[in-house]
Amino acid sequence: MTALTSALGPVLSAEEWTAVVLSLKVATVAVAASLPLGIWVATVLARSRLPGLWLLNALVHLPLILPPVVTGYALLLTFGRRGWVGQFLDQWFGFTFAFQWTGAALAAAVMSFPLMVRSIRLAIEAVDPKLEQAASTLGASRIAVFLTVTLPLIAPGVIAGMIVAFAKAMGEFGATITFVSNIPGRTQTLPSAIYAFLQVPGGEVQAARLAGVSVIIAVGALVASEVIARRVAKRIGGQ
Amino acid sequence: MQLELSLRHDFGSFDIDVAFTAPKGVTALFGPSGAGKTTVIDAVAGLLRPQHGKVVANGDVLLDTAAGVFLAPNRRRIGYVFQEPRLFPHLSVRSNLLYGQRFAPRAAEGQDFDKVTAMLGIGALLDRRPGALSGGEKARVSIGRALLSKPRLLLLDEPLAALDAARREEILPFIERLRDAGLPVLLVSHSIGEVARLAQTVVLLRNGRVVAAGPAATLFADPSLAASLGGAEAGTVIPARVAGTEPDGLIRLDTAGGPVFVTDAPTTPGTALRLRIHASDVIVSRTRPEGLSALNILAGHVRRIEADPDGRAFVEIAIAEGQSILSRLTQRSVAALGLAPGVACHAILKTVALSRDDLGAA
Repeated sequence: MTALTSALGPVLSAEEWTAVVLSLKVATVAVAASLPLGIWVATVLARSRLPGLWLLNALVHLPLILPPVVTGYALLLTFGRRGWVGQFLDQWFGFTFAFQWTGAALAAAVMSFPLMVRSIRLAIEAVDPKLEQAASTLGASRIAVFLTVTLPLIAPGVIAGMIVAFAKAMGEFGATITFVSNIPGRTQTLPSAIYAFLQVPGGEVQAARLAGVSVIIAVGALVASEVIARRVAKRIGGQ
Repeated sequence: MQLELSLRHDFGSFDIDVAFTAPKGVTALFGPSGAGKTTVIDAVAGLLRPQHGKVVANGDVLLDTAAGVFLAPNRRRIGYVFQEPRLFPHLSVRSNLLYGQRFAPRAAEGQDFDKVTAMLGIGALLDRRPGALSGGEKARVSIGRALLSKPRLLLLDEPLAALDAARREEILPFIERLRDAGLPVLLVSHSIGEVARLAQTVVLLRNGRVVAAGPAATLFADPSLAASLGGAEAGTVIPARVAGTEPDGLIRLDTAGGPVFVTDAPTTPGTALRLRIHASDVIVSRTRPEGLSALNILAGHVRRIEADPDGRAFVEIAIAEGQSILSRLTQRSVAALGLAPGVACHAILKTVALSRDDLGAA
């Protein structure tokens, strides 16, 4: 990282570089931590026939339709130092999301969750349950069926969901700044940094540079997802 | 191995209420589509949890709704060959075939991998993906996959429907061999020929109810069931034993009603065979006919006559206790010959189809 930092030294200032690294960290952790829950929720939404599932569906999609500021405010009320969950975490585990990069990751995870679940859910709905039935008659338990049949078949959808969620997490601004503010080196992600540079006179150049970095990361992620998904699809459906 | 089954389930638009016992060997579920055949084997496999029912395989309770017992499909060790192949697209043919093996108890008796692939003619396909296989190849891989999961009971849902006649002829003897090796098979089939060739026991289903169930020979010989059991293709199955080869090359088979001569059969004396005789291939005569080219004439007496609304009739001719031949005649012929239960007559067979029956020999 340090080698890369120095190599990019002439391009990005230390402050800008910190924001980029923090954003990558926040987005990676957000996606990785929410993936298991995302797969589980997607499975439940795709396969379960329980009544009242629409409620879960609505809850998952809420961050997509609410103003991000409102989501950030809700996170503050829940996970802030005085929030009912935040208080509990602080008291029992000495852990807090407030004004920490973990808080930015939480905000990014919540905001990107609906996109991830959508993509995985579509992939699960495309899997023929008859294949899973066949696996169970061959002796596979439900977990074994999921690991050996369902998961390999939905892999392209999972990867696509992760990439979209990653891109969304990289760009998350409203909920993050509301929840954990805009503290350089701690909670100042790439979009927050761009916003901050635009607030000071003469910051346009830095803002433009960071915007360029955003575009590069986003396009890179998109290309990577295409390549991976295509490769996986070929492997699982291949001749 | 014996399978006892009873189940009741209301699907709303369709309800099923069946009970039967399948002894060892092949039991065929036969009936028009929508009769509930697949529903029955789904319940045996555990893919359907019926509202009421009990399934006992060789003393092991797989399902008993009254006692709250429901064994999950993966714990039943029942091989299921579905109507569609249902191969795993992300796995090679080899991995598909071996899929069930890792879940089966190591000590369980199973089929040999090389033997199964050779018999099914899929040895050359092992490294391919299911996506690159033809329909017939997929069907064969799917049969192999079920066999190699070391099942204690095999469910076959129209397994030969996707195969061409040549491949069917190759697979049929294999299913016969499985049957003769003692693997119990529950077979769903639309083909009366397949049922007649493979099944010892037949369960005739219609509209979710058992119309008749019992030994294949008995059901096939019942003129009142003939319309349901094949109609124009109806016929009976009688046991025969190879007696020897005649000087002119014909093979003589002994049946309860007299000798039958065929050109193509195993020549080892004592080999047990099943002769399938179509009702439409049987002519009836009151006296032993003279000056006729037909070689195969069996003596017997009329047991039952079932008249059709279309002017024809199925006549059951008993050639021995529990062994009968069906003949499809017009009602005018029945009247002209004075056929009635108890009347002695001769059945003239135009053609016979035969298949091995090692169970009959046992």
